[in-house]
Amino acid sequence: MRLAVRKTYKLFIGGAFPRSESGRTYLVDGDNVALASRKDARDAVLAARKAQPKWAGATAYNRGQVLYRIAEMLEARRAEFVAVGVPAAEVDAAIDRWVWYAGWSDKIAQVHGGANPVAGPYFNISAPEPTGVVAVVAPASFLGLVSVVAPAIVTGNTVVVLAAAPQAAITLAEVLATSDVPGGVVNILTGNPAETAPWLASHDDVNGLDLTGVTDATLATEWERAAAGSLKRVRRPSASEIDFFSDPGLGSMTAFLEIKTVWHPKGF
Amino acid sequence: MTVTTPAGLDLRSFLHGLPGVDKVGLEARAAALGTRSVKTTAKAAAIDLAIRMVDLTTLEGADTPGKVRALAAKALRPDPADASCPPVAAVCVYPAMVPHAAEVLAGSGVHLASVATAFPSGQAPLDVKLADTRDAVAAGADEIDMVISRGEFLAGRYDRVFEEIVAVKEACGSAHLKVILETGELGTYDNVRRASWLAMLAGADFIKTSTGKVPLAATLPVTLVMLEAVRDFRARTGRQVGVKPAGGIRTTKDAIRYLVMINETVGDGWLAPDWFRFGASSLLNDLLMQRTKLTTGHYAGPDYFTLD
Repeated sequence: MRLAVRKTYKLFIGGAFPRSESGRTYLVDGDNVALASRKDARDAVLAARKAQPKWAGATAYNRGQVLYRIAEMLEARRAEFVAVGVPAAEVDAAIDRWVWYAGWSDKIAQVHGGANPVAGPYFNISAPEPTGVVAVVAPASFLGLVSVVAPAIVTGNTVVVLAAAPQAAITLAEVLATSDVPGGVVNILTGNPAETAPWLASHDDVNGLDLTGVTDATLATEWERAAAGSLKRVRRPSASEIDFFSDPGLGSMTAFLEIKTVWHPKGF
Repeated sequence: MTVTTPAGLDLRSFLHGLPGVDKVGLEARAAALGTRSVKTTAKAAAIDLAIRMVDLTTLEGADTPGKVRALAAKALRPDPADASCPPVAAVCVYPAMVPHAAEVLAGSGVHLASVATAFPSGQAPLDVKLADTRDAVAAGADEIDMVISRGEFLAGRYDRVFEEIVAVKEACGSAHLKVILETGELGTYDNVRRASWLAMLAGADFIKTSTGKVPLAATLPVTLVMLEAVRDFRARTGRQVGVKPAGGIRTTKDAIRYLVMINETVGDGWLAPDWFRFGASSLLNDLLMQRTKLTTGHYAGPDYFTLD
């Protein structure tokens, strides 16, 4: 008879799986899970910032391939997600969502940007660019987690995710770690978002804040206010808008894009 | 030139008679001192002290008068948003840039250091090195960072290195002399100890680890050897010499580790900008970010601070 190999769910920062610097853990359904501190959040922001220019500089085609690779890896590990309590239908929908967003990587610029008619002898072109580092308070459902992470990274942002369902989120981190996603592009912290989110919301080196997973309206307002102090983009969909099984639309991608407009003389 | 050493020996016998460095023990001690946790008010005091100890440095081929003026302005007011932030200890530039920095720093109390003596290699004839030094002093530098001839030192011609330091010290006049040992090229801790003593015996006011131009720059163990050397030198001669680690110190955590090490090994006699300096450029921004974090209560970002 074999001894059970018990698993500790650790954090995912900069492509590695460290324990919390605070050394704390908590129990979730009998599993030991790292309880992230504000310093883990700070380290995750550093990792995300470091990875951002290269990820944004990769070709859209390359980012699309990486996202598709995530779907491939996820497909092979479907059983693991079911084992940590994710309904099979939701795993399938999450895989399809990665593929769906992978396809958008080299199309979002055409749909969201374009040539503008201007009065004068100029070509006037608008093109979307990633906002930078985005902090994400993720929803509890696995499909919800994928539906907030994929749109943020496909356009070239890097993310620090505060996960609500730790086992599924860290299992996803294991998928990401084997999917050619550069270290630091996705960083996942488990624990109590109420402890770490305020530090991310007020952090001067975070450019966007996604509050989709926040159920407490008072907290969401408080963090939105903290985010205003450093002029972050904030995405806070209302509860009635949140249905992860429906067509996601472009809103979750465009929320974390900046528009760059270029004037070029026509010269005739 | 005859050299008298504290033991009454000739220079070579004295330097080779210094006790050897226990490499494993040294590195373990430096690592152990690096684990101290400094928090809240102590951290705030350490950050301000570290800012006051920074030799804000730019030593690039691409340095322009404008860049040097901007750097000097930053030295006076490191955080323009906070008047309680102290100025740094000094600005450190190439001799050709000294007049531009002097313009901004005149009368401010912030020192103006210039590297001289064919920095960074030190491979030039003595009269070129002396002329380099005199020019920098004449242009307004009140601190000179000289490099020793590592080639001569490693070849065992200690008297030549000694004489050179004495000559440069004389050319400095009233300016302070910092002697760069370039520890990354000396090979062993024993050599670092010997070079430290050699420089101090020859009249150095400061001993400095590195030029910042070789991959292996300041480390905690090397600085510990040098701190022990200045401590022992003061015990034997009564003269106090300063220490300046330079190169590779980029974060507040690193800087605080050095401060802890000074406090634990040589005592607070060296815990002042007159006796300890950080040769650094990017360190200052990290110190400012940590300082801002303590005063505002939220994490700061590099976008809010100047690039140079």
